[in-house]
Amino acid sequence: MLRITCPHCGERDHTEFRYGGDATKRRPLHGSTDAAEWHDFVFVFDNPKGWHSEYWQHVLGCRRWFVAERHTVTNEIRTTYAARERGARS
Amino acid sequence: MSTPWNRLPHGGRIDRQKPISFTFDYQRHFGFAGDTIASALLANGERLVGRSFKYHRPRGVYSAGIEEPNALVTVGTGNRREPNVPATMREISEGMVVESQNNWPSRTLDLMSFNQLAGKLISAGFYYKTFMGPAQKSWMTYEPFIRRAAGLGKASTEPDPDRYETRHAFTDVLVIGAGPAGLAAAHAAATSGARVVLVEQDRELGGSLLSEPVDSALDQWRAEVESDLRRRDSLTILTRTTAFGLYDHNTVGLLETRDHETPKPESGRARHVVVTVRAKAIVFATGAIERPLVFNNNDRPGVMLASAARTYVSRYAVKPGTRAIIVTNNDTAYRAAGDLARAGVQVVVADMRAEIGSEVRAETSAHGIEIRTRTAVVDVAGRHGVHAARLAEIDDVESKPKYSIEARSADLVAVSGGWSPAVHLTSHLGVKPVWRADIAAFVPGALPETQIPAGAVTGVFSLNECIVGGSEAGVRAATMAGRSGADPGRLPAIPDERSETLNLKPVWEVSGIRHGKAFVDIQNDVTSDDVRLAHREGYRSVEHLKRYTTLGMGTDQGKTSNVNALALMAELTGQSIEETGTTTFRPPYAPVTIGALAGRAVGAHFRPVRRSPLDDWHRKNGAELIEAGPWMRAWYYRWAGKTPAEAYIKEMQLVRSAVGISDVSTLGKIAVEGPDAAVFLDRVYVNNYAKLAVGKARYGVMLNDDGIAIDDGTTTRLGEHRYFMTTTTAQAGEVMSWLEFLLEAAWTDLDVHLASLTDQWGAMAVSGPKAREALALAFPAEDLATERLPYMGALETELEGVPVKILRLSFSGELAYEVYAPAECTEALWCRILEKAAPLGIKPYGLEALASLRIEKGHVAGLDLDHRNTLYDLGLGKMASKTKPFIGRELLAREAHIAKDRWSLVGLESREEDKPLRGGSILFARGDEIEGHGRGYITSVTWSTELNKFIALGLYKGGLTHEGDDVIAAFPLKDETHRLRIVSPHFIDRDGKRLHA
Repeated sequence: MLRITCPHCGERDHTEFRYGGDATKRRPLHGSTDAAEWHDFVFVFDNPKGWHSEYWQHVLGCRRWFVAERHTVTNEIRTTYAARERGARS
Repeated sequence: MSTPWNRLPHGGRIDRQKPISFTFDYQRHFGFAGDTIASALLANGERLVGRSFKYHRPRGVYSAGIEEPNALVTVGTGNRREPNVPATMREISEGMVVESQNNWPSRTLDLMSFNQLAGKLISAGFYYKTFMGPAQKSWMTYEPFIRRAAGLGKASTEPDPDRYETRHAFTDVLVIGAGPAGLAAAHAAATSGARVVLVEQDRELGGSLLSEPVDSALDQWRAEVESDLRRRDSLTILTRTTAFGLYDHNTVGLLETRDHETPKPESGRARHVVVTVRAKAIVFATGAIERPLVFNNNDRPGVMLASAARTYVSRYAVKPGTRAIIVTNNDTAYRAAGDLARAGVQVVVADMRAEIGSEVRAETSAHGIEIRTRTAVVDVAGRHGVHAARLAEIDDVESKPKYSIEARSADLVAVSGGWSPAVHLTSHLGVKPVWRADIAAFVPGALPETQIPAGAVTGVFSLNECIVGGSEAGVRAATMAGRSGADPGRLPAIPDERSETLNLKPVWEVSGIRHGKAFVDIQNDVTSDDVRLAHREGYRSVEHLKRYTTLGMGTDQGKTSNVNALALMAELTGQSIEETGTTTFRPPYAPVTIGALAGRAVGAHFRPVRRSPLDDWHRKNGAELIEAGPWMRAWYYRWAGKTPAEAYIKEMQLVRSAVGISDVSTLGKIAVEGPDAAVFLDRVYVNNYAKLAVGKARYGVMLNDDGIAIDDGTTTRLGEHRYFMTTTTAQAGEVMSWLEFLLEAAWTDLDVHLASLTDQWGAMAVSGPKAREALALAFPAEDLATERLPYMGALETELEGVPVKILRLSFSGELAYEVYAPAECTEALWCRILEKAAPLGIKPYGLEALASLRIEKGHVAGLDLDHRNTLYDLGLGKMASKTKPFIGRELLAREAHIAKDRWSLVGLESREEDKPLRGGSILFARGDEIEGHGRGYITSVTWSTELNKFIALGLYKGGLTHEGDDVIAAFPLKDETHRLRIVSPHFIDRDGKRLHA
């Protein structure tokens, strides 16, 4: 029952979106041969109570990926921004 | 028709010009428009309405609202038979058929009521103790008997003929409840300029005001406010609509019911509608529900809530009795006393308090009402209906009865144990309600600022305060919704000076002398002794108490019983009620029709169906269709046989011996274009695409970061920066999202553009030794010789101005081509090939043959890829590039992924003639005990026309290191076993001569 604001299309119903994973994780550089780094990226996650950054895709809309900052207790979403901006924001 | 004896000659909010007849247990009764089933039954002198859930005790009408625990009836016949309808909520309609529940053979003679004699046997925890312990198997023996004895009504087993809908709504302010506070809130919010939705579960607006005498000053106030609200365009009023759940982001689920209308599904009119409302602000004006008192036999027909007795007299002009005893621990019951007395009912008030206010005394003395303080009802007599009550003086401290018990003749016992604010909705998102000792009730906890409770739900019981509070809440809600500034307007003056306070003395149970059962949860037959038993046996937390005794787990969800139960447990544990806490409130507040939740998403509309551009042709030309994920695909064609088993073999033979054509439009198709397209594909596929020549196709496999195969398909290089990717039908959507993610979140420096072409392009496979001849006939201008179009070669061309792609790929293992055309031209091209190549004997083949052909060739597909396989498991390890990194490369090599005993792909050949082999069979080595998960399983199975035996693909522990071993396939559901031999998964043409022909 969430309302999510796509940074490109505006506020829409959650049924237009798909969840796409934890956006706090840093993807290892392509070609990194550090298996430990890949292991941490693929398997080790925090499960925070409170604010969390996560990827969503406006899959039944513009299909763009973005980051949503969602409160895991109240489900409040305080901000969304294009996935491409993520590097600049963190 | 004569006026039934309990109907008052005047008054009530019923339309005496509109008589309505209905039947109750096959007996005809009359009521008026405006009656509920409950009020009409009471008017007709029917006190016994049904039997209870567990003990089959006689039960009557207990309330006048949604909280009804007792008077549940079955309404309707045939495919409209609906069980467990609260008689207090459903309006009567002409010809309505109402039946009592839970009795056999009849409501007055119920043979199952011996359960009460055996009551000791089925006290709290009976099921756990008897059936879940060492004697678990006995449940099987007793279950049918217990199911018959305990339970509620029976639903129709026929399909529901009615129509249901769902819709969405948006508003500035949602006001839930149209009692005094809700009316005031809606008025204030609307005059402030907000768009307002006002929701009321009753058919009329007014809440508690509906129980004021008709045309009284308060009733006129109600009518004035209503007509003001109804004139406003910015305000939507939904009656007969229950807010059943509060969800995230101020979303509220509403169930709008139209049970009062004659159903006309053919007209498109829905019976129930689920409305999902998004509100900027919500006002909870949900009111309060009166609490029962716990005493011996407090469930007898004729015992009811004091507020209900008042509602029946004032709103429905029904006398629920002639000699009433009202037992109370607070002031509010005196309004019922006054109204009953005015209607000619003889009233005695047993007040458990030592002192009562002079206002209350003054109001009641005018009617000759006898008031007895420090007095409780300790027991009632009368199995099928109260005929006497036993009164006892109680002490002030412990409220224990003294030994002076006096029996008083009475046919109505009206009880008031205080009021429980209807905090349910406010608590659905996890905000715990807060105990207020001064009113002995829970009120809403700290809510977000856009959620504003008002009126009785906040523990306010005076009319004036409710209205003032409602107005304030309405203005605040409008402000929250960004609609402030306008004059909030004024309501007409409130003509009520009665100070209605509770002055409650917290008494829950009058215990001391046990005679019969004293019920806490009347619907679920949970007694105060059950609560004590739970306490003795250690089930002391409220959540344990609930589950052990089933308290509050009925269709009424314990609306009348929860607080009494908590209070009893608190007394037993010596904790405060605050410390004891409440159980969790979850949606729905009241039962919601499943049909309404489904809405129109039923039958063919359950989910959207995807159709190939050739769908029409298939239907017109003898194809049998089958669902494949969201797609409808051609399964087999009737030219080849009447059954799939017969047809697919003929279709396979055609492909192996001549040429066939098959619809593969469902393949995922993605255009990958841009200067970095080659780099991008090199990263996502395990094999190399940068070096692929223009005009060539390559089979590729994608892994996820964990090294697990997620998809395979061919990608063709159509130009320097232009690739055409195909994916499996099942994974098309996932692959597209994943590629988009990589470009937008991981590798933002790559200049690549993706476009899904799945729906824009149709595709067909032309397969068989005569495939080239067939295409040459259809494309006379093209040179299709191997020199020009070799295996894995690609050709972009035009046919009569239509762009066409021809890729020489094979899924079947034969010489084969995939031909792509724009969706709107696919059928024309398909027909052209069929027509031109007819002399070669070309015919269509379906999904079943397509799958069988690829199994013979040993191509993996969706069935074999279970998202646990690595590249090595699939025998595709050689594809992994050693010269460039790709997604999944690092973790592909981790220890668990390269273990020797992983389940990996094998071919399997039947060693038994004429014995069917089943997909999903579990594989065992010879000599293994046939038990458990075995060493693998069969993923795909088919009859091989080439080998003349059943063959299969499967995953087997250790894979092809066991080539040549004999194994057993077990299918325990059918108690079958089958001997197989592990072989190479490439059953035919291992050196690829046919492909390169």
